[in-house]
Amino acid sequence: MSQNKKKKSTNNHSSLPKTPTGILGLDEITGGGLPTGRPTLVAGAAGCGKTLMSLEFLVKGALEYKEPGVFVAFEEQAAELAVNVASLGFDLHQLQKDNMIRLDQVHIEKSEIEETGEYNLDGLFIRMGYAIDSIGAKRVVVDTIENLFSGLNNQAILRAELRRLFHWLKEKKVTAIITAERGDGILTRQGLEEYISDCVILLDHRIINQISTRRLRVVKYRGSFHGTNEYPFLIDDDGISVLPVTSLTLEKEVSTGRISSGIPALDQMIGGRGFFKGSSILISGAAGTGKTSLAAYFANQTCNDGKKCIYFAFEESPNQIVRNMKSINIDLDKHIKKGLLQIHASRPTLYGLEMHLVSIYKLIRSLKPEVVILDPITNLVTVGSVGEVKAMLIRLTDFLQDEQITVMFTALTLNTSVTEQTDESISSLVDTWILVRDIEFNGERNRGMYIMKSRGMKHSNQVREFIITDKGLDLVEVYLGPEGVLTGSAREAQKVKEQTGRVLHDYAITAKDREVNRKRKVLEAKISSLQTEFESVEEELNKIYLQEALKKDVMEKTRQEITRIRKGEIDSASKPQTK
Amino acid sequence: MIMEDEKKWELRLYVAGETEKSIKALVNLKKYCEEHLKGQYRIEVIDLLEKPQLAEGDQILAIPTLVRKVPEPIRKIIGDLSNEEKVLVGLDITPVNT
Repeated sequence: MSQNKKKKSTNNHSSLPKTPTGILGLDEITGGGLPTGRPTLVAGAAGCGKTLMSLEFLVKGALEYKEPGVFVAFEEQAAELAVNVASLGFDLHQLQKDNMIRLDQVHIEKSEIEETGEYNLDGLFIRMGYAIDSIGAKRVVVDTIENLFSGLNNQAILRAELRRLFHWLKEKKVTAIITAERGDGILTRQGLEEYISDCVILLDHRIINQISTRRLRVVKYRGSFHGTNEYPFLIDDDGISVLPVTSLTLEKEVSTGRISSGIPALDQMIGGRGFFKGSSILISGAAGTGKTSLAAYFANQTCNDGKKCIYFAFEESPNQIVRNMKSINIDLDKHIKKGLLQIHASRPTLYGLEMHLVSIYKLIRSLKPEVVILDPITNLVTVGSVGEVKAMLIRLTDFLQDEQITVMFTALTLNTSVTEQTDESISSLVDTWILVRDIEFNGERNRGMYIMKSRGMKHSNQVREFIITDKGLDLVEVYLGPEGVLTGSAREAQKVKEQTGRVLHDYAITAKDREVNRKRKVLEAKISSLQTEFESVEEELNKIYLQEALKKDVMEKTRQEITRIRKGEIDSASKPQTK
Repeated sequence: MIMEDEKKWELRLYVAGETEKSIKALVNLKKYCEEHLKGQYRIEVIDLLEKPQLAEGDQILAIPTLVRKVPEPIRKIIGDLSNEEKVLVGLDITPVNT
């Protein structure tokens, strides 16, 4: 109960209940589907996919939303219709048996019909009403009702009756699609847009530069917000997929998770932990600088981590890539067998740019990879201008960021100047831009790599030499000497030179150490001899002091004796002597 | 419904309820038949409001529609049949007298 209430209240808020079509992408453009209980006009020239789109609306409605539908065909035979959609994997016969879809073919043969006097189209109403009621249909498709105009003469009656028909469909509360042929200067040949004005969708099939692209536009959608752009759509084995290519906001979730590039030294250059998850990486460089190898390394690493990866190749075939990468010690084959890696190769000229985008989009949606690689995007310029390629890539990165998928583009630069056109036009979109370039020096060509930018992480400003061997890729520091940047054999030579210098230097140091030691020993010996000398001198001095003291003592005693004698004591003493 | 022994002409008139147009069409039809096909026709009136499932079989769109089932080929005339000449041409009936 409470859930029901909630549903109702949200419906009130959005003011217009909508019926999802189940067609990939269309529901996103229309903000949820077609207006429920109202007729929608689908207009387009012959071969635009009107019938297919409306049939898919019914089939998806029956299969996914359990809403029965009636298809009123003024154009095609019922049997033909079934065959046509069988190619999309829809079993119309089974759906008819299950009473989920009912086909009613209205056949008008002008030569059989004579008109005289007043009439109305009650017969058609009754037929449709009967078909709708017999299976409880919620969805109705009237495929090219304009055929009536060629079958019947009285235009005034027809117009009045059509107006009545659309009112009647509204009263029946069925969500209907009416298809109509595109007219000259107006949306439909018979001006049906006058009668159906709730929702009008225009289909278009355009050929630019010999490449055809189908497009869809919601011309009007009364009472609802909708995307107004032209959206390319694709008809393939799964039916129609429309690509809502431009997201309207820049509000995306961002991740701080990291994903390794597969080359530890490269990870080291960008903050030590690799790229941000869900970021976009551009590798640009001249021909033969190893862009594909870098991309393959990234793919390999992703698969080794047990994550899924799709590799879109616009230059080489899958087998070619697998073979070539074996030469640098990467086995992509095992990942393909495990189902982790899918290499999807297509020539850029296969179809238009938008179609490429739609097919990429579809494949990503069905596989849900963590990493997507496009190699090389510059090849796409063959089917569109630089501006168009950029627009496509913006949409793609938008979509991938939404899905938190990391994407790596490779781009071929035609000259060595950094401000190369293609780079410039897409470099502003990407989060990390790695430039691989040739360094020509000393009669050989070497590869140098540096990080042009890497948003949100500390990245190295150093040029690294990037070497490809049969063991794989690696980065080594380039030597920046007084003569400039040294790479390849020049770097090796410089290294040897440096090493010799170091050995000599080390030797010199040890020789000096020994000298110092010796000096210390000599000095120490000197110090001890001086000390003994000092001791003997001191002793000598002490001896003299003692002698002096003794002498003084004795002299004092003698002096006292003499004094005593002189005072007469000598007399008395001598007296008895004289007596 | 009028039944006759010799059923050379089998006509079927589709209507939807007793509307002014259908009554007018039936009256007109009977008049022409009596005039030009006396005794060799059969008219069947089908009300689609009662039997909507029959509309598909004869490819009925407009009301009223007159269908000539026999003789073949099938011919259809839509409208209230107010123009006698058109009806006769449509049904391929040769007028009895001028």
